[in-house]
Amino acid sequence: MSKTPQTPQPVSDEAAVPEPRTGEEAPAAGAIPAVDPRLLVREQGLKGYVDEFKRKIRSGEIGSLPVVVGLIVIGIVFQALTGNFITSYNLDQITLYAVGPGIMAVGIVFVLLLGEIDLAVGSVAGLAGAVWGVLGTDMPDGLAIILGILSGTLIGAFHGLVFAKIGVPAFVVTLAGFLGWAGLQTWVMGDRSTIPTPIGSFVGDLTKYYFSDVAAAYGLAVFVVAAFYLAQLRDSRRRKAAGLPHRPQSEIILRTAVLAVLVLVAAYGFNQEQGLPLSLVIFLVILLVTDFVLRRTTYGRQVFAVGGGIEAARRAGINVSWIRISVFMISGTMGAIGGLFLASATGGADRSLGGGNQLMMCIAAAVIGGTSLFGGRGKVWSALLGILVIQSIVQGLNQMNLSSNAIQYMITGAVLLIAVIIDSVSRRTQKTAGRA
Amino acid sequence: MSQTPVLALRGIFKRFGAVQVLSGVDLEVHAGEVVALVGDNGAGKSTLVKTIAGVHPIDEGVIEWEGEPVEINRPHDSQNLGVATVYQDLALCDNLDVVANLFLGREIKKGGVLDEVAMEKRAKDLLSTLSIRIPSVRIPVAALSGGQRQVVAIARALVGNPKIVILDEPTAALGVEQTAQVLDLVERLREQGLGVILISHNMADVKAVADTVAVLRLGRNNGTFPVATTTHEEIIAAITGATDNAVTRRQARNAEVAK
Ligand SMILES: Nc1ncnc2c1ncn2[C@@H]1O[C@H](COP(=O)(O)OP(=O)(O)OP(=O)(O)O)[C@@H](O)[C@H]1O
Ligand SMILES: [Mg+2]
Repeated sequence: MSKTPQTPQPVSDEAAVPEPRTGEEAPAAGAIPAVDPRLLVREQGLKGYVDEFKRKIRSGEIGSLPVVVGLIVIGIVFQALTGNFITSYNLDQITLYAVGPGIMAVGIVFVLLLGEIDLAVGSVAGLAGAVWGVLGTDMPDGLAIILGILSGTLIGAFHGLVFAKIGVPAFVVTLAGFLGWAGLQTWVMGDRSTIPTPIGSFVGDLTKYYFSDVAAAYGLAVFVVAAFYLAQLRDSRRRKAAGLPHRPQSEIILRTAVLAVLVLVAAYGFNQEQGLPLSLVIFLVILLVTDFVLRRTTYGRQVFAVGGGIEAARRAGINVSWIRISVFMISGTMGAIGGLFLASATGGADRSLGGGNQLMMCIAAAVIGGTSLFGGRGKVWSALLGILVIQSIVQGLNQMNLSSNAIQYMITGAVLLIAVIIDSVSRRTQKTAGRA
Repeated sequence: MSQTPVLALRGIFKRFGAVQVLSGVDLEVHAGEVVALVGDNGAGKSTLVKTIAGVHPIDEGVIEWEGEPVEINRPHDSQNLGVATVYQDLALCDNLDVVANLFLGREIKKGGVLDEVAMEKRAKDLLSTLSIRIPSVRIPVAALSGGQRQVVAIARALVGNPKIVILDEPTAALGVEQTAQVLDLVERLREQGLGVILISHNMADVKAVADTVAVLRLGRNNGTFPVATTTHEEIIAAITGATDNAVTRRQARNAEVAK
């Protein structure tokens, strides 16, 4: 028998805490060296960043890197082709059409985190628009909006129930939904082909209201940067106090500076046009809230757990059915909210709202932004990054008078394929590097 | 040793389709007792463990907790009673990091928000008491070696202050040093008055730490032996069914009397 004598050590809750250690690994019993030489400790300073960056690329942990590179490439290419692509006008236009599909893509991110897919978001968006449009003709605007959004939640719950309780693959349930809800949308619209947004409706404001005071955009930018800096600082201080590895001050300042430049340039751009769009504010709020839910709450942790291993999640006492149902409810709700933005941008509800390539755009946005199709890996910010890529391409093509669907479809399809290939390859690299 | 067992199984039956995996299994675990559960491959050890853990609810029989009959239908029921299980097929989420896995289902929260700092600190402390070295507690468990994952799974079981700890072949994937650590850990658990069910094919390990050996053979009890007074050969004989023995004979007789 191979036992090393050791004084009994308690393992119960409080007693398990031995003398405080300062970030170092525990000294091992016997002849093993105290610090494992293979530990991943990032060196301080610039060399540390470069090394860590290389290691991440090699092991397939690339996250949002391809999409950021892609955005820069798209910017440069269209700027070279058109001569005036990087303009405040385009920034405003891209935002106008990006928010609706972007919000729908947030819902898709949740579903993808489970390793599932929701093919019905486009139809749900269209139906929500129709419900709002039809009810809004003889009902207070606010109530019609709420009922429109709730229709999406309800449909999501239905998809989730059929998937989680009956065990029909989500792909099939939502494929049925894709057809069925589009049919219901046409039926709800009846013999009206469009219902223009009533004057004064909040839905109209969604994409048409701007905070035109220049202070609004700059104020929001400064607030975001300050909040980011303080949150990072606070986290770093807490970790330092607990003796855990923490970000050095220099790194926090660097990150904040990068964010500040991006945000202030955007604010400047919006102020050159009509000001800060209300739609962008709503989108950012949705992103912040959902990001918080996914990363900082038990619920979010459970979503990732189910996406990473259903059996492990179940044995940890997680109610897998409820997580699945609720995620589809979130997806349905986001689809419906996105649908109202689509209605706002196109001037009202109509029979084809949410149809066409809308669905593919949302799924593509989530995947292009770096959320894995295989479940368990992703961020809601990929919805923002991905939809920016897609809308930038659309806008650039419009500017070159190539706005026909033919070219748009081909290019968007190609971009989606590239994103999925990157996702698959990075997953394979992660496997060989032992990380998937 | 206490009189009322913390956990007692009485006449457990479990069937998967056409396979009657468990037929009338009895098992008792007292506080401060290490019970080794042994048996050939496919004897039903893991299945028995999963019925206690709530992964597979029992078909028939009674589970008693501190003398009271209880229902265990879901993993949560078992966890709430105070049973911590380390499964043979490790139940870890590959995409989550070590900290997240350790606290999955029992996250530490502050004001309703996950307290990552507290969890990470607690994780480091826990892992260092187990003398585990892993590259970082913030990498996905997919990046760990088999043995490292095993120890993470064991550490996970200790997070929630259990009364009974079940270890299903915990040392199968471990090196010499880690095996020793796990056996030490089992002894420490006993000293703290916890009950331990240890499944192992390694008789040396069993004889080193167990108080009692319970043998399963083809889904039935095939004897319960005090380790101190039982030889290696007797246990092997009960596992393989080479001979039947006094204990099984007595049990069979008692069963008939009871009818
Ligand atoms: N989920 C299941 N569905 C159907 N049959 C199962 C299932 N789990 C286990 N079995 C069957 O139950 C029997 C006992 O399996 P179990 O895993 O409990 O054995 P074990 O004693 O743990 O063996 P080992 O020492 O190899 O781990 C086997 O015949 C197995 O095929
Ligand atoms: Mg087994």
